[in-house]
Amino acid sequence: MADEDKNPDKTHIPTVIADDLHIVYRVNGAKTGKGSATSALSRILRRGEERGVRKVHAVRGVSFTSYRGEAIGLIGSNGSGKSTLLRAIAGLLPAEKGKVYTDGQPSLLGVNAALMNDLTGERNVILGGLAMGMTREQIRDRYQDIVDFSGINEKGDFITLPMRTYSSGMAARLRFSIAAAKDHDVLMIDEALATGDRKFQKRSEARIRELRKEAGTVFLVSHNNKSIRDTCDRVLWLERGELRMDGPTDEVIKEYEKFTGK
Amino acid sequence: MTASPSTPPPDDGLSRADLAAKYGLTVSGARPGLFEYVHQLWGRRHFILAFSQAKLTAQYSQAKLGQLWQVATPLLNAAVYFFIFGLLLGAREGIPHHIYVPFLVTGVFVFTFTQSSVMAGVRAISGNLGLVRALHFPRASLPISFALQQLQQLLFSMIVLVIIMCAFGIFPALSWFLVLPALLLQFLFNMGLALIFARMGSKTPDLAQLMPFVMRTWMYASGVMFSIPAMLATKESVPSWVGDVLQWNPAAVYMDLIRFAMIDDYGSSYLPEHVWFIAVGWAVLFGVVGFVYFWKAEERYGRG
Repeated sequence: MADEDKNPDKTHIPTVIADDLHIVYRVNGAKTGKGSATSALSRILRRGEERGVRKVHAVRGVSFTSYRGEAIGLIGSNGSGKSTLLRAIAGLLPAEKGKVYTDGQPSLLGVNAALMNDLTGERNVILGGLAMGMTREQIRDRYQDIVDFSGINEKGDFITLPMRTYSSGMAARLRFSIAAAKDHDVLMIDEALATGDRKFQKRSEARIRELRKEAGTVFLVSHNNKSIRDTCDRVLWLERGELRMDGPTDEVIKEYEKFTGK
Repeated sequence: MTASPSTPPPDDGLSRADLAAKYGLTVSGARPGLFEYVHQLWGRRHFILAFSQAKLTAQYSQAKLGQLWQVATPLLNAAVYFFIFGLLLGAREGIPHHIYVPFLVTGVFVFTFTQSSVMAGVRAISGNLGLVRALHFPRASLPISFALQQLQQLLFSMIVLVIIMCAFGIFPALSWFLVLPALLLQFLFNMGLALIFARMGSKTPDLAQLMPFVMRTWMYASGVMFSIPAMLATKESVPSWVGDVLQWNPAAVYMDLIRFAMIDDYGSSYLPEHVWFIAVGWAVLFGVVGFVYFWKAEERYGRG
C-alpha cells in the first residue's frame, strides 16, 4: 500500500459504493414445518400474504465506500451475509432496497457453477473461460498456463479425462486455475485460498497477490484470520447481515477475536 | 462503531449517490438497454455455442454406448409411436400407407424439438441459479443455449430420419433443401418460447411439473400421428374453423412444412394456405416477443 499512498489522487478514487443495501432471499416451500400436500393446499387457499414463500433477510442496511488499491477483508460467523454481500456487489443478486455503485464490472473469483463434471478438464478450461467472458483467442493463449498452474498433468495426462474422475483436491485446483486466469477490475474472492495441498496453496496465494496488483480493489471472504491479515488492509465485519465494524485490519480482527472468544 | 477510515476530506460533504455520480460509478447489476443487450449477447455467442455443445455431450457421457444414444434415443421413440399409433390404433387414416412411417417419424422428431426446447426453457434459469449467481453474462444466453442444444439434438435425429426415408423408398431430392428454412423458422419460434418459459419458470418453478401435460395435449392436437384434414373430414359435426385453427398452430405448421419438403407424396393438399407466411409470422412474433419479455426481467433473475 505504501507506494500508492504517495499518489493521493489515485488512492481516493472510489470503486465500490454500497448505499443502505438490503438483500432478501425468497425461499419456496419453507413456510411451515409441515411439508404435506394438504398443508401446501391450505397455504394456497389462504390469500393475502405471499403464499408458501419464506423471506430471508440476509443483508440489512450495509453502507461503505471502497477506494482504488484497497484490499478489503470480510469476516463474520457462518451465515452472516458475507457471500451474499459479495454477490450483490457483483450485481448478481438484485437489491431489495438501496443501491450498489461500482466502477466497471466487479467479478467473483470462481467458475465452479459453469463447469461440468462429465466433460474433460480440457473442455472445462475452454467452457469456464468463455463463461467468464474471455475470447477464444485469450483462452488459447492462456490454456497452457492454466494447465501448468493447476498441476493437473504432473501425475499423468489427466486433463483429457472427465472431471468426475478427479480427486476433490485436483478438481479444486483446476477450478481455481481457470478462475484466476482472467484479470479483473474489482476482484472478489470467496474463501478460495484454502484449496489443494500446501504446495498449491502457496502458489495460489502468490497468484492472488499478483491479481491484487492488477485489480483496482480486492474483496476477500475468509474464515482464516491469518490470510486476512496477510492480504488485507481494511476489514468489514458482518454479523446477522449488519455491518458491525469497519476499520483497519488489526483493530477489527482484535475485536472479532474477542467476540468469538479466541 | 461504524466509521469509514479512508474517506477523503474533499468528498466529505457528498452523499453516497452524489459521490458515485462524481466518479462515474454505475449501479451494479442494472439492466442494459435492448440494443446494448443484443450487443452483449452477440459478444457471448461462443459461450452460448460451447455451453450447448457441452450439455449435449455431457448428457450421455456416462453411458456405455456413449454418443450413440444421440441417434438411438430418437429411433426408439419413433419405434414406440409406430407400434402404438401405426399398428395398435391404426391412426393412418387418410395417409397413403407407404408414407405413414416417414410421416409419423418426421412429426415425432419435429414436435420433440419444440417440446424439449420448452421443457429446457422452463428450467434454464431456475435449474442454473448457481451459474446465474456466480458469473456475469446476459441471462438470455441460457435459454438460447438450451434451444440450440435441442437443435443439435434434432440434427442427430435427422440422420435417423434420412435412413428411415431411404428404407421406405423416399430418396434425397432437391426439395429437401426446403427443410433448412423451415428448421430455421422453427428454431426462432422455439427460442422465443424457451425465453418466455425461462422467465416464467424462474418465478414459478412449478411449471416444470405442469408443462409435460400441456405439451402432451398440444402434441395430440397438432396431428403428430394423424393428418388433421383427413381426420376431420370424417367428422361432420366439427365446424371447419376447428380444423383451420389446429392446422395454423405453429407446431402443426412446422411439422407439415418439413413433411412437405421431404416426402413427395405428402403434397400441398395436406397443408393450409399461405403456410410459409404463417411459419414466418409465428417465428418472428414469438422470437421478438419472447426476447423482449425475457430482457424486461434481466436484473431480477438471480433472486430465484
